[in-house]
Amino acid sequence: MHLKTFFFTVIVILTSVSGNFSLSWGMHQVGSLASVAPTAYVRAVLNPWVMLGISLLVLWLFSHMTLLSWADLSYVLPVTSVGYALSALAGKLFLHEAISPARWTGILLIVSGVALVARSAPRKAVEQGAAS
Amino acid sequence: MKWALVFLIAAATTVSDVLQAAAMKRHGEIDDFRPGAIGRLAALLVRNKMIVASVVAMAVSFFAFIALLSLADLSFAVPATAGSYIFETVLAKYLLKEPVTWGRWAGASLVACGVALLAR
Repeated sequence: MHLKTFFFTVIVILTSVSGNFSLSWGMHQVGSLASVAPTAYVRAVLNPWVMLGISLLVLWLFSHMTLLSWADLSYVLPVTSVGYALSALAGKLFLHEAISPARWTGILLIVSGVALVARSAPRKAVEQGAAS
Repeated sequence: MKWALVFLIAAATTVSDVLQAAAMKRHGEIDDFRPGAIGRLAALLVRNKMIVASVVAMAVSFFAFIALLSLADLSFAVPATAGSYIFETVLAKYLLKEPVTWGRWAGASLVACGVALLAR
């Protein structure tokens, strides 16, 4: 994988994993939000963990757009999904969450899918000039 | 309610990603990362209609996601949207005209199955 592609893929993964974790943590503090009342959403957005999550997701947006400026969506999507496997492993390492055999299988499938796609060039159209 | 939110998240994420990819393909490769160049790029992108529409779709997905997180765990919320991988790959092929090789189909399918299994 090209260094620039690797670098931005890592930023996309890290901001996505930490952003989602931060949002999840904040929403557990805020409580149920099954409402259409705007004040409930404003209260949620003012939670520090939700604010941190939003800031990380803004960073994610910029790094994702930068990566998409030279890589295909069908390449970026599977490759950046390795973050899901990392989240599950981080849950085991830091939060001592149990990983069931089904979850291990899921992690293995994600890593295999990522390995399969990451071997290909990020943008096929430019290098091959034709759709397959 | 949970599954209505899951559908909304998957649909809004798909629309957002496809619009973002289309806009960035048109823009071309970003290779200047000096502060001035990044500022000019940000000014250009906020005036791009496809990027603005993509951010609106992302906001819909975001508020649906935090509503879902207030009802369910992250380990349900994230894997429940796994189906969007296949859907987005189909749109990448037919709408964005990307050359989706067998390797990319297989990779997206493995990832979708893997993400779905993480919920168990």
